[in-house]
Amino acid sequence: MRKQVEQIPAATVLFAGDSGDGSQTIGTQMTETSAMIGNDVATLPDYPAEIKAPAGSLAGVSGFQLHFSSETIHTPGDTCDVLVAMNPAALRVNLSKLKDNGILIVNSDNFAQKNLRLAGYADNPLEDGSLEKYQVFPVEMTRLNRDALEDAELDLSDKDQCKNFFALGMILWLYNRPMDYTIRWIKTKFAFKYPHLIEPNILTLRAGNIYCEATDQFATTYDVKPAKFSPGTYRNIAGNTSTVLGLVAAAHQSGLQLVYGSYPITPASDILHGLALYKNFGIVTMQMEDEIAAVGVAIGAAFSGSLGVTGSSGPGLALKSEAINLAMIAELPLVVCNIQRAGPSTGMPTKTEQADLLQMLYGRNGESPLPILAAARPIDCFDTVYEACRIAIKYRTPVIFLSELYIALGAEPWKIPDVADLPRIEPEFQTEIDGFEPYLRDPDTLARPWAKPGTLGLEHRIGGLEKSDITGNVSYDPENHEKMVEIRAEKVKRIANEIPPTEVFGAQEGKLLILGWGGTFGAIRTVVENRFAAGEPIGHVHLRFLNPFPSDLGDVLKRFKTILIPELNTGHLQQLIRSEYLIDAIGLNKVQGQPFHVFELESEVDNYIQN
Amino acid sequence: MLKVVTLMKNRRSSGIPLGVPTLTQKDFTTDQDPRWCPGCGDYSILAQTRRIMPELGIPRENIVFISGIGCSSRFPYYMNTYGFHTIHGRAPTIASGVKMANPDLSVWVITGDGDALSIGGNHFIHLMRRNFDLNVLLFNNRIYGLTKGQYSPTSEQGKSTKSSPFGSLETPFNPISLALSAGATFVARSLDTDPPHLRSIIKYAYEHKGTSFIEIYQNCNIFNDGTFFPYTKKETKADNTVFLEHGEPLIFGLESDKGIQLNNFQPEVTTVSNGTENLIVHDQYAENTTLANFLARMSDMPDMPHPIGIFRSVQHPCYEDLMTDQIASAKQQRGEGDLDALLHSGDTWIVE
Repeated sequence: MRKQVEQIPAATVLFAGDSGDGSQTIGTQMTETSAMIGNDVATLPDYPAEIKAPAGSLAGVSGFQLHFSSETIHTPGDTCDVLVAMNPAALRVNLSKLKDNGILIVNSDNFAQKNLRLAGYADNPLEDGSLEKYQVFPVEMTRLNRDALEDAELDLSDKDQCKNFFALGMILWLYNRPMDYTIRWIKTKFAFKYPHLIEPNILTLRAGNIYCEATDQFATTYDVKPAKFSPGTYRNIAGNTSTVLGLVAAAHQSGLQLVYGSYPITPASDILHGLALYKNFGIVTMQMEDEIAAVGVAIGAAFSGSLGVTGSSGPGLALKSEAINLAMIAELPLVVCNIQRAGPSTGMPTKTEQADLLQMLYGRNGESPLPILAAARPIDCFDTVYEACRIAIKYRTPVIFLSELYIALGAEPWKIPDVADLPRIEPEFQTEIDGFEPYLRDPDTLARPWAKPGTLGLEHRIGGLEKSDITGNVSYDPENHEKMVEIRAEKVKRIANEIPPTEVFGAQEGKLLILGWGGTFGAIRTVVENRFAAGEPIGHVHLRFLNPFPSDLGDVLKRFKTILIPELNTGHLQQLIRSEYLIDAIGLNKVQGQPFHVFELESEVDNYIQN
Repeated sequence: MLKVVTLMKNRRSSGIPLGVPTLTQKDFTTDQDPRWCPGCGDYSILAQTRRIMPELGIPRENIVFISGIGCSSRFPYYMNTYGFHTIHGRAPTIASGVKMANPDLSVWVITGDGDALSIGGNHFIHLMRRNFDLNVLLFNNRIYGLTKGQYSPTSEQGKSTKSSPFGSLETPFNPISLALSAGATFVARSLDTDPPHLRSIIKYAYEHKGTSFIEIYQNCNIFNDGTFFPYTKKETKADNTVFLEHGEPLIFGLESDKGIQLNNFQPEVTTVSNGTENLIVHDQYAENTTLANFLARMSDMPDMPHPIGIFRSVQHPCYEDLMTDQIASAKQQRGEGDLDALLHSGDTWIVE
């Protein structure tokens, strides 16, 4: 039968199954292929903390959502065109995300009594008419996969493990995409440890593809043309990988050795894994006994003249705070990466949130001002962490780099920068003995000298006790303490001198400005693009610097009647803006462990545009 | 496989290399006056450290003293070297970073019983097992001094202090046992009141390639005066301590008339006049820690003398050397890191 091809501008596909079913793997592969054929892509991995929760349970459902488009996109999509549900639990958890008349592909072999019960279905939804408003495609994936692998020398459970590639083969067919990229990936991925799995996975991938072609079940395939990108070389990149490359680049461009101290924690561990691979760049990664030791080695390395970096998530940052404060008073360069996840306490480790901003700003004893930079999207992690390193080195201060699970794990196409265009980073170590004082400052930046051990004639002592101005000797003098508190605050404030003018997207003045930071960028930009194109007086400012704020921010805010601040917390930036500028900024807050949907912002925007 | 042979660097010998100007004790003294209580054992440890430093022949700019929090941890302010007075319990972590970032530095961790074994206990054991080439001087006074007299993790059980008016409930740590159990490659004990011994142990610690741990019995004359007097006072010291010498039998006593032998896996004091052939002979270079552990536990036994000296001294690869070798071999196999190639790694596509 001849299949019909339909052109569509964009599509959103959600792969869902048991954790361990391989939804993340095939989702990532579909993303890679879509990026390679030129689509713009945005992804949302959504998985449980348990490695393998009980099979078939609602708690164990792992999902990967991919939005690919022939136009520029900023989010993984509010709703899905296609849902691939490998079992009843995956269906139950994700069905609400499927558009009316959307395509629902299910592994019907998994819809037996036990799995239905585990998912809380009294009746089989494939038979009770409850899925009428969708295009349902029940496929016996378990059996078809086993048939395809009949001759493979694998035991049954190993064969069943391959069936995610059967599903991927189907989706590649549905969107007219080549299997080559996936086949190449399978060959590389399994080459060393599991070469016997290469052929079976390729076989079942092809089987899924051929199944769609051969059966009458599927009559239409869809085409999503490449998107328009500015000229350049591109790759697909996830936020954590982007952070890794930003750190490697900063070390490379500053000529400093990178020493990364860390303790495994979701969702920051990928940074440790990533950096550990690049030993040929001279990078030292130290997996320490705890979070405190992890920041401790980074501080020691900084004292010794290396680029000291530590990375963690909220709970780890709580443990590190005393040591970060030491680096603050010792005025040593240090970069602290906080890949935020949903809290409080252990919270929801595999879900996203932005609720650590005030912890980073205020969560240390005494007056302890630190610069804070936040990445807006996966590709922005590279530039932001690079800038964090530059500021840390130039101003001799710890810098907080904020990312969050949503952008850390999400991926999008990245135009690879030219190394020659990266900003200069000059460590400027002190070597001059004459006139050296440990706390004698640069008059412009107020940075103190970086005099590393091993330098003849600069022997000196630093520590966590209050310092005497200039000499750095221990001092309990009342006036000196106040002066030092003021100098440390002023040093951070002066960083604002190098923040570029605030860029306002959309309307430059008018009724509504949406002010955001971090991973809310995509949802905000989508809404503002749509509304501004429709002629509405709406603008968007997205802050990279959360401390200090850009010097012109107050003036920008005054140009708008309403300032709306969407955040995945209960109003952290909102509080800061209100207190800094005495403006009645409005909060739009969500703390569900999930990013904003575009429609959630749309309806809020209506309130301020129409009135 | 790592080439262990290249990592097992030979025991280094101290001494002043030719051409290096001779430093004196005074060169290691800063303009900051020590603020310890008069009569504190810390003064002696500071004096011996300043005195031995010139003999080690290390360029002064390559020396770093790193401390945590507590009376002992003020030490770096008084040594005219690089110094970092850090936070409570965390000196081992910062020292590890300093050493890793620049393995040429001579790193000295100054800590106390509370700093190393209570708040920093976790870092202490991990420092011991990593075996960086650095030195740890633990000033053990069995009390919290800076916070004015609470029991510490080495205080004897039942000790009455401000925070334990009816007696402390906990079994004390034995720092030597703890270090040995954690895999320390050099473990020794010395006394604040025995300057020549303390200097020699510091020198041996420096010469040892790997983490060198020294427990120093130190008197706090304000909050815990006399806790070590049986082992440090002239009149009682000889009968209550046994000085460890490699290859020598364990003999002690004012008249050198007592020895230690093994009886059913337990140490037992015997008289030397009965013959020395059954006495335990010390072997500080034994890879197996059975003897070292056995000696360490003697100080928990009321009728046994406390061993003073080197319990263990063995050569294991150092963390920083293993890391340096890994980096060198990665560079050899994959070439010096090329940033542009790294940024372009994986699947890429070109938009014209």
